[in-house]
Amino acid sequence: MSPLRNVRSWLDQRFGWDDLIAPLRKKTVPLHRLSYWYFLGGITLFLFVIQVLTGILLLLYYRPGANEAFESVQYIMTRVQFGWLIRSIHSWSANLMIFTAFAHMFSVLFLKAYRKPRELTWVSGVLLLFLVMGFGFSGYLLPWNTLAFFATKVGTEITGQVPIVGKPMMIFLRGGEDVTGATLTRFFGFHVAVLPGIATVLLLLHLLLVQRLGISIPPKLEVQWTANPSAKREMKFLPNFLLRELMAWYVALGVLGALAAMFPWNLGVKADPFVSAPAGIKPEWYFLFMFQTLKLIPSKVWFIDGEILGVLAFGLVGLLWLLLPFFESDQPSHPKRWITGLAVFALAYVAGMSVYGLLAK
Amino acid sequence: MAFWRNKLRPFRAAHIGLAGFVVLVVCLGYGQTANSCLDCHSALPDPLGVTQEKFSQDIHAQKGLTCASCHGGDPTSDDPDKAMSRKAGWKGKIDRKEIPQLCGSCHSDPAYIRQFNPSLRTDQLGQYRTSVHGKRFAAGDTKVAVCTDCHGVHDLRAPSDPRSTVNPVNVANTCSRCHADAGYMKGYSIPTDQFAKYSTSVHHEALAVRGDLSAPTCTTCHGNHGAAPPGVDKVQNVCSNCHAFQAQMYERSSHKKAFEAASLPGCVVCHSNHGIRHPTDAYLGTGPDAVCMRCHTPGDACDQARAGLLSSLSRLDEAVKSADSVLQVAESSGMEVSEARLGQDQARDSLTKARVTIHSFRTELVDQDIQSGLKIAAKDLQAGNEAMVERNHRRLGLGISLIAIGIVLAGLRLYIKKIES
Repeated sequence: MSPLRNVRSWLDQRFGWDDLIAPLRKKTVPLHRLSYWYFLGGITLFLFVIQVLTGILLLLYYRPGANEAFESVQYIMTRVQFGWLIRSIHSWSANLMIFTAFAHMFSVLFLKAYRKPRELTWVSGVLLLFLVMGFGFSGYLLPWNTLAFFATKVGTEITGQVPIVGKPMMIFLRGGEDVTGATLTRFFGFHVAVLPGIATVLLLLHLLLVQRLGISIPPKLEVQWTANPSAKREMKFLPNFLLRELMAWYVALGVLGALAAMFPWNLGVKADPFVSAPAGIKPEWYFLFMFQTLKLIPSKVWFIDGEILGVLAFGLVGLLWLLLPFFESDQPSHPKRWITGLAVFALAYVAGMSVYGLLAK
Repeated sequence: MAFWRNKLRPFRAAHIGLAGFVVLVVCLGYGQTANSCLDCHSALPDPLGVTQEKFSQDIHAQKGLTCASCHGGDPTSDDPDKAMSRKAGWKGKIDRKEIPQLCGSCHSDPAYIRQFNPSLRTDQLGQYRTSVHGKRFAAGDTKVAVCTDCHGVHDLRAPSDPRSTVNPVNVANTCSRCHADAGYMKGYSIPTDQFAKYSTSVHHEALAVRGDLSAPTCTTCHGNHGAAPPGVDKVQNVCSNCHAFQAQMYERSSHKKAFEAASLPGCVVCHSNHGIRHPTDAYLGTGPDAVCMRCHTPGDACDQARAGLLSSLSRLDEAVKSADSVLQVAESSGMEVSEARLGQDQARDSLTKARVTIHSFRTELVDQDIQSGLKIAAKDLQAGNEAMVERNHRRLGLGISLIAIGIVLAGLRLYIKKIES
C-alpha cells in the first residue's frame, strides 16, 4: 500500500474521510463550449489564499503607524530575505484577484448563473467583491506613501459626501477629521482582522452554496439538456476538473512570479501630510470608473450637489446590482433580455470609464 | 430700551429705517463726489489726466490721502477757482526740485508714518541724500532720479504689490528706464549695458524665471534710496550678504590680499558683476571660460594647484554621475534603492561644498570635501551594483521557477490524459 493510501486509510478509520469527500466525488462539472469560464472562481479563490499566506508573512515585519509603516515596508523590500518577493506577490495578487473577481462576476452574469436557485450565491459573491474592493482600499494605505495617503484622503472625502451618515462615516474611517496615523491603524485593523473575518464567513457560505447547488449551465443549454438528457455532457469534479483547475493555478502562480520579479511593486515616497497633493492624483484602477464618473458629473444637477448625487447613484446601483437575480425570470426558456443588455452596458461602462480615467489628466 | 421695545410700532420703525437709509445713501454719494479734482482731471489727457480708477489703486488714496495732501487746494469745492486757489494752499504741479522734500515731509516723520504702517522705515530721504542720485540732485542736476521716477505717481503701489514698479521683480526694468537709455545717460560716464548683462545673469534667471524673490536685483547690491556703486574694496561685503560661505573662505585666502594690493574688486574679478553666469568647473580649466589663467602663468605653482583642483572636482562629479546612472537603471528595474538615492544627495552636497571651498584656494581643504563625497558615491555605486546583481538573480530565479511550473503543467496534462484515456 502506498504511503498516501496509508494516510487516507488512517484518516478514514478515524474521521470517515471517504464519507466526507463523497459529495465531491459525486460532483460533476457541465461540459460545453463556455466551460472554461468556470475556472475564474477557482483562480480568484487561489489568489485569495495567496493573499492570506503572503499577508501573514508580511505581518511578521510590518508595523502600523505613521512613523514606522513606510520604513517597515522599506525594510521588508530591502533587508528581509525574499521580502521583496512576498510584498510584490501580495500587491500583484491583490490586483489580479480584483480583476478575476470582476471577470468571474461578469461571466456569471453573461452565463446567467445567478438564476433561481442561485440567488444567494450571487448575493454572497457580490458582497465578496465589495469586500475585496474594501481590502484593496484599506491595504493601499498601509505602506504610508504619498500616493496612498492622498488617494485615501480623496476616497474618504467622497464617503463624507453621503447625506446624514457621510460625515460620521468619514470620521469613523479616518479616526478623526483628517487622514493621520490613526487612520492607518484603523485601516490596518480593517485589513487584517475585520475584513478577513467577514470574508472568510462569506467565502465559506459562497463555496457551500456552490457545492450544494452544483454548477449552473447557460439557460439555452439547460432547455436543450432537459429536453434531451442524452445530450448532457459532464466531467467529474474530482479529479478531472480539479486537476485542470490546478493547472490554471500554476499558470496564475507563474504570472504572479513573473510580474513580481520583472516589475516589483513600487514603494514610492513616504507620505508627508504637510505637502500639497501631487497633480493628477488618481485612485487604484478598480475605483477609476467611479472616480471618473464623479469627476464628470456637473457640480450642480438641478438643485442637488453633483458629487452627492453621484455617490447616492452608485449606492443605489450597488444595491440593485446585489438584488439583480430577483428581477430574473424563473423560466430558463424565457430569460430577461434587458438584464443581458444591462450586463453588456455595465461592462462597457466600467471598462470605458476606467480607460478614460486612466488616460484623463 | 423699554420704550424701544414697547412703544415703537413696526410701521414707525420702518419709517425710521427708511430715513436712515436715505441719509446713508446721501452721505455715501457725497463721499464719492467730494474729490472735485478728479471730476476734471479724469477727463484731461496725460500728463494732467488722473482717473478715479487709477487713483483708487494708489496706496496713498487707499490710506485716505487725497490730491490736496500733496497738491493743496480744496477738493471739496466744485468751483475751480476755489478748489485751485493759491489762498487755499493750492500748489499746482509739484516742481521736480521739490519732490524729495515733499515726499520726505511725511515719510521722514516717524510719528505720522506710524499711524499707517509702524514697520515702514522713515530714513528714505536721509539715505537719498547720501546716494549718487541725491548728491547730484543737490548739486542741481534734475535729470537724476527722484522719488516719483521709481515709485510712480498717482497710482503708486506698495513694493509688495507685484504690479509696483519697485517690486523686486520689476526693479531692474525700472532702473533700466534711465540706465539702459544711452541718450539719456549721455554725459554720465557710466556704461548703459548693465540691464542687458543682468538679463543674461543667473540672478535674473532666479528672480524672473524661477520667481525666487530672494534673488538679487539692482537694489540688492546698490541699495535703493541710498543707491551707489559699491567700492572696489567693498564688493565682497555685498556678495557675502547671500554667499556667506564663499566670502568666509575668500576672506582667509591669499587672493584677498593680492586683489586688494592690485586694487581688484574681489568677487567681480572672476565672476563679473551684472552678467554673472552660473559658475562651472570650466572656470578652473584652460579653455575659453577659464578665469584663473587670465592672471596666472601656465606651469607655475598656482597653475598646478588649479589643475589639481579641477581634476578633484571632475573626479567627484564623474563618480556621482556614474553612481546615479547605475542607480537609475536599478530603480527602473523595480529595485528598491531609495537609501542609496538619498546618499547621492549627500555626495552631491559634498561636490557643492567642494566648489564653495574653492574660494579658499587651498587644495587640502577642497580635498577633504572631495574625499568625503567620493566615499559616499562609491558606497552608492556599490549599492547600485549589488541591486543589479540582485535583479539578475531574481530574473534567473524566475526563469528556473517558470521552467519548474512548465514541467508541472506538462506533467498534469499528461496525467489528465492518462486518467481520461
